Amino acid sequence: METNLHRYVWTHSRRETTFLILLTLVSLPIYYVTLDIPKNIFNQGILGKGVTFPKEVFGIPFEQVGYLFWLCFLFLLSVLINGGIKQYINTYKGRLGERLLRRLRYELVSRIMRFPLPHFRKVSSGELIPMITAEVEPLGGYMGDAFAQPLIQAGTLATIATFLFIQNWIMGIAAIIFFPLQGWIIPKMQRKVNQLGKERVRAMRKVSERIGEAVAGAQEIHAHGTATYERADFSDRLGKVFGIRFQIYIRKGQVKFLNNFLNQMAPLMFYSLGGYLVIQGDLTAGALAAALTAHKDMSAPWKELLDYYQQTADSKIKYEQVTEQFKPENMFEEALQAPISEPPKPLQGDVVANNLVVAEDGAVRLLDGVNLAIKAGEKVAVVGKVGGGKEALARALARLYLPSGGKLTFGGVDAMVLPEPTLGARVGYVAQDSYLFSASVRDNILYGLRQRLVNPREREAALEVERQRVLAESRRSGNLDLDSEADWVDLAVAGVDGPVELSARLVEVLRAVDLEEDVFQLGLRGAINPKQHPAIAARILEARKTLLQRLGEASGDATLRNLIEPFHPERYNTNATLAENLLFGTPIQPAFEVDKLAVNQAVLRVLGQVGLTEMLVKAGRGIAAEMVEIFADLPPDHEFFTQFSFISSDDLPEFQAILARAAREGTPMLPEDRAKLMTLPFKIIQTRHRLDVLTDELKAKVLEARKALHGSDDPAVKAGVEFFDPDSYNAAATIQDNILFGKLAYGQAKASQRVGKLIEAIVNETNLRPTIVEVGLEFQVGIAGARLAAPQRTKVAIARCLIKRPDLLIVNEATAILDAQGQARTLEGVLKEGEGRTLVWVLHNPALAERFDRVLVVGEGRVLESGAASELQKSGTLFAELTATAA
Amino acid sequence: MSIKEEVEVLRNIPLFAKLEPAKLKLLAFTSERVTYENGQPLFQQGDPGDAAYIVMEGAADILINTPKGPVKVATLGKHQIIGEIAILCDVPRTATVTANQHTVTLKINKETFFRLVTEFPQMSVEIMRELARRLDKTNEQLRQAVTKAGS
Repeated sequence: METNLHRYVWTHSRRETTFLILLTLVSLPIYYVTLDIPKNIFNQGILGKGVTFPKEVFGIPFEQVGYLFWLCFLFLLSVLINGGIKQYINTYKGRLGERLLRRLRYELVSRIMRFPLPHFRKVSSGELIPMITAEVEPLGGYMGDAFAQPLIQAGTLATIATFLFIQNWIMGIAAIIFFPLQGWIIPKMQRKVNQLGKERVRAMRKVSERIGEAVAGAQEIHAHGTATYERADFSDRLGKVFGIRFQIYIRKGQVKFLNNFLNQMAPLMFYSLGGYLVIQGDLTAGALAAALTAHKDMSAPWKELLDYYQQTADSKIKYEQVTEQFKPENMFEEALQAPISEPPKPLQGDVVANNLVVAEDGAVRLLDGVNLAIKAGEKVAVVGKVGGGKEALARALARLYLPSGGKLTFGGVDAMVLPEPTLGARVGYVAQDSYLFSASVRDNILYGLRQRLVNPREREAALEVERQRVLAESRRSGNLDLDSEADWVDLAVAGVDGPVELSARLVEVLRAVDLEEDVFQLGLRGAINPKQHPAIAARILEARKTLLQRLGEASGDATLRNLIEPFHPERYNTNATLAENLLFGTPIQPAFEVDKLAVNQAVLRVLGQVGLTEMLVKAGRGIAAEMVEIFADLPPDHEFFTQFSFISSDDLPEFQAILARAAREGTPMLPEDRAKLMTLPFKIIQTRHRLDVLTDELKAKVLEARKALHGSDDPAVKAGVEFFDPDSYNAAATIQDNILFGKLAYGQAKASQRVGKLIEAIVNETNLRPTIVEVGLEFQVGIAGARLAAPQRTKVAIARCLIKRPDLLIVNEATAILDAQGQARTLEGVLKEGEGRTLVWVLHNPALAERFDRVLVVGEGRVLESGAASELQKSGTLFAELTATAA
Repeated sequence: MSIKEEVEVLRNIPLFAKLEPAKLKLLAFTSERVTYENGQPLFQQGDPGDAAYIVMEGAADILINTPKGPVKVATLGKHQIIGEIAILCDVPRTATVTANQHTVTLKINKETFFRLVTEFPQMSVEIMRELARRLDKTNEQLRQAVTKAGS
């Protein structure tokens, strides 16, 4: 990467910069005219000196006033032309700067993807991110200015100075006499500011690195109670930044003061010297006025020029500071990551390593001369002590670690010449720390197939034109011009013919890694849009009917019949809360969540209409009385309050007071007391809480209110709730809830497991399972897969490798996180799936080595033993020692 | 059945007889009512002990696994407490308990049970009494078994 900023700009903007320079040169004479005309207006137009009227212009005679307006019109014209050119130059510069900035950022990001993997142990994202985002931001403006700005500003200055000299040489000297002084002293003072600026950048980088650590280590901070220490550390670092910034502030102020002072010296010279010359008659008043105006115009380009000078120093440093962070040793060659357009060819033949050496930082040898040959289709287990080189071997075979010596060949082809997309498609590598992207499970698995753009995306003509424009702009900044929204999933790599086969293949892979059931469960808890998938919704409704029927048929089997209480529009569901019974639907907006109903105005209106309010107050009073009786004696911090009580320990005294007030005869209850009491019954579930407050009359009224709510034409209600309907799919609810369409009964032993089994049986019978698995595949895994359990993450990562049917699959202790059973199941699944393919598995547990054709024992960076597990399993071998210690 | 009725039932159980009504209500309110049909197990021998059960309705058989298969050692009926040993001593379930008819229980989880025992000494005394009674009964059975074997 170019080390010098100006050379970088010149290399990538030769044509544009030349054009800018030419344009600037053209603009200067026009600028001169805008300076010259005011003098003529003053002298000729106003004072009428040196002109005889009527004056002829293009054959038209002008009197003095007319001539004045003609001159003014010329002035306007020149100002407009000058402004237009300036505007054009500025836009052109701006665009040039932005393109260069885009190019620089793109190059930096591309370089990160070429860093050798061990380098990521030394740099943190906390350092890299601000460099590419915030730190290079000001460079954008500067790079556009790099060549044009000094020329424009110096040219403007020179034009003005020329004008002044032409008017009167003394005036010319007066205008520029302080420039050398300013030009000498200001940069000197500025240098110190620049140095402080560098320090500030470095200090801030450290702060961002530490913020990154505080985020990543949040758990440790809590676990060890070290927040105080961390805060002290941050306070310290921010204090340093503050100190530097304040220094900068003071020095900048000084520079500004001095600069302003020197700038004001020139007008002083004009008034004194120029005034003297006018009085003496050596200078016209018009020329002095024009000179004053011209000089005023000088301060702007002068300031710009000084700014440019300061920025140059600043930007050069920034550019160097940033780019040197992006040049680690042993980067991946750029050519290795060049785009490919054809499906990668299979890697046939043996995997052979000859005296393979991998060294970290050129010193520590992770692999120290590995010699091995793995036959095509062979299943090899790698075992060894931690740090002995088995992990490094796995990475080196996947060419994730670049060899610093020796040779790795796939079927006789040197691994170092294979492009990364080819290798990525044909070699699978999965480790414990394999990363999941924040996308769906499906996208995370198909990530293994995204080596190349397969098919362009079909677009409407208008959109296609726009897209082409965007891509052309990418080319101008040296960015890749491939459409990221096109089809990147390479079905050829997956070995399937179309999307239907791909779906089937996905299920196969899920089964192989023992993840299908998990994805099915995710699917049950997922949702579909019935408008987009009416057929699926219809089948789920079928399943709902089947379930209801099954429960009815099981009338003899009371255990089954009592498990679920289905929703019925005309009945009160005793296993649901009063709020759920009232709403009888799924809230879409937060205001209709069940715990918000008691304060929802739309709902309260309906309650008033049907006359439920009074009954709820009464029920609330009953609940409050029970709660006070049960919980009054408990200490306030007793956990029963949070677990069981409808009233928190803080509110209990208040409710005691409300009850006492309500007990007083003859006085009506206060409105606020009534409102408080009314909030209590909403959470009551009849079968669970078994409190005698839900009278039949109250329940009937709730049903009435439900009807009123459903019939309501209040827009808030319509937008806020998706009501239950036995005959239609509820888009706001999960698939499972749509099938169930009811509540699990309280107090039925093992109800949820048994209902789960029942639902699964019905889903299998109605052939819904593949559909639900599809829905499960759309589950968003969250950042780094955080919404999945750790074993599930590992399995997705393995599936991502299996989907591409790799010629060589390398598993680097990936299953260590699974329990023994899970490890064995996954191993069997992968072995079966990988039949006929080469497999290298670094085993965490040497006991599993028997399932492989051959075992390699790796230690001290070399292959120490090699042979079938049965051969090695005799006394004296390292393998025997390893299995003994593991057992 | 409402809380009030459950409190009435609990009051008739010797273990809880001396507790004041508010405490009985607390016990009922913080416990779950679980229904079992004939043949459904409450728990299996060897399971971790997480709750004790009070039989409100119906009855349950206590079965112990032996090399010859499960042997029924007792049947506990209405108002009796089941499964308290495992939660008192923190050992796995010492027997399998299966409902032998439609049975309704009040399931008191371990934490609630311990809390009540520590907070209300009268309950500990009652539990001791109940355990002593069972020990006495076991001794009696052992004596009979030994006598039988000897003769």
